Amino acid sequence: MKTPAVSVVVRHPALAAGAAITLLLAMVALVSLVWTPHPYTDMNIAMRLQPPSARHWLGTDQFGRDILSMLMAGSRNSFAVGFVAVGIGLGIGVALGTTAAVRGGIVDDAVMRLADFTFAFPAVLSAIMITAWLGPGAVNAIIAIGIFNIPVFARLSRGSALQVLSRDFILAARAAGKGMARITLEHVLPNIAGILVVQATIQFALAILAEAGLAYLGLGTQPPNPSWGRMLNEAQTFMHRSPWLAIFPGAAIALAVFGFNLLGDGLRDLIDPRLRRARS
Amino acid sequence: MTVLDVEDLRVDIRTRTGALPIVRGVSFTLARGTTLGLVGESGSGKSMTALAIMRLLPKAAAISGAIRLHGEDLLQADEARMCRIRGDRIAMVFQEPMTALNPLHRIGDQIAETLILHRDMPRRAALDEAAGLLDRVGIREARARLSAYPHQLSGGQRQRVMIAMALACRPDVLIADEPTSALDVTVQAQVIDLLRGLVDEFGMALVLISHDLGVIGRLADRVMVMYGGAIMEQGSTRAVFTTRAHPYTQGLFAALPGRGARKGRRLAAIPGTVSTPDALPRGCPFHGRCPRGQDVCRDNAPPVVEIGGSRAACFFPGP
Repeated sequence: MKTPAVSVVVRHPALAAGAAITLLLAMVALVSLVWTPHPYTDMNIAMRLQPPSARHWLGTDQFGRDILSMLMAGSRNSFAVGFVAVGIGLGIGVALGTTAAVRGGIVDDAVMRLADFTFAFPAVLSAIMITAWLGPGAVNAIIAIGIFNIPVFARLSRGSALQVLSRDFILAARAAGKGMARITLEHVLPNIAGILVVQATIQFALAILAEAGLAYLGLGTQPPNPSWGRMLNEAQTFMHRSPWLAIFPGAAIALAVFGFNLLGDGLRDLIDPRLRRARS
Repeated sequence: MTVLDVEDLRVDIRTRTGALPIVRGVSFTLARGTTLGLVGESGSGKSMTALAIMRLLPKAAAISGAIRLHGEDLLQADEARMCRIRGDRIAMVFQEPMTALNPLHRIGDQIAETLILHRDMPRRAALDEAAGLLDRVGIREARARLSAYPHQLSGGQRQRVMIAMALACRPDVLIADEPTSALDVTVQAQVIDLLRGLVDEFGMALVLISHDLGVIGRLADRVMVMYGGAIMEQGSTRAVFTTRAHPYTQGLFAALPGRGARKGRRLAAIPGTVSTPDALPRGCPFHGRCPRGQDVCRDNAPPVVEIGGSRAACFFPGP
């Protein structure tokens, strides 16, 4: 007999790999709260633009700051952005989507047209617009990314909720005297939770990517708070002389996005194998 | 004592091309401890009548007439009032036990929820009550079964769970929509016996919807034969089953593989299919499939004639 954990690894290698990568990154983020090899804000001009060495594993930047320490601290930023932006999208989007599904009629039309309208702007472009309007900064970047997550979850939860609402046990619940608000909470939400978790994981990856993009443009996290995107930006000037300045943050972003996407796809397969074919 | 009094119930579905009548003037009364059998083909308006009584029709349905529960007209009640009545005073059992239970919740919780909702019972007491109900509907080791999920039960067991849920608050009226149609024949008989016992024990009024004349004959005190949303014939089960005054009732009986059926002989089918609501004739809905149909049936509403204790809506009734 295999233990459940072993059998998941064997049958869903993508899920296991995704979970391992995200867990590793989460641990790095947690560890960075109490320990980094060097304080990530410490500048040392004598040690500027050092290649990777025993003292600075991933080298130093133009101010002599330790790249590994900055990357570790930057992972906190990426996780915070992912959690809050996806949280905003989930909270508001699911509320809107399930309300639209349950109420139907004008409410449904209004919510869905609003979602269509938001979707008409490319995600990163709308995030740039919003940060340009609210001003650059980590919080505004998170809000901007959160806002473009709302229609994603609104549409998904509306479609899934409509499917659940047409099932017999909803009619049976109504016949037992439950109101629609109660039915939404007790019967609709638990039945669409799986698919929402999958989408949340994938949106998490997109949020990290979007934040890196905004930070790269100087619209996200402001100095001295470390951010992978801004590290890439600062690396630009020195890329030919010190390529590791760009390679390591780039690899960190790629690894995080890859890990969350693997996790999302793996969860999707685990929750409903039939969805594998419907994957877009 | 009259529990449920339905008077001239009409349901129209509003569409872009106009209103489609799906229930056309249904009236009946139901006393405590009695069973009314609603019989007819798919699309005859039986289930729509049931959902109209529950006020669970889709939003596009316009409903008129009166549905009085202990004298209170449910058509005048608001949604909050209906939520208190549904599951408490009127309960319903559905055809498909495989899909009418939420797959994510334990059956004990699903039964207990009704009690918590309507009786304000603490969860522990509600679960105790749920165990008692499961035991009453014939689930063995009821207490252990409380924590089972629907997929761990057989179809017959799930239908028993559905019945237990419906019974939880001792409703005055139980509506059972094809409660045995999805079950094996042997399990069907058990569920019929169970329902009969429950009607006697709790003094409920049962509205039993079925296309199966055998089930109706075993359970119902009175029978209502529906077609095209209208009542074709109604009366005591004995009168309707022996007189068979309406040609449609006769058609239903002729299509039954009874003792008279012989091997190799075809069962008599009623020609044609149930008319869709938009294609119904102005007069008798059965006109067009009826062997006795005349021109008069097409354009005029048939009179209700009593023959042998059975009341048939027909110009040419009789055995």
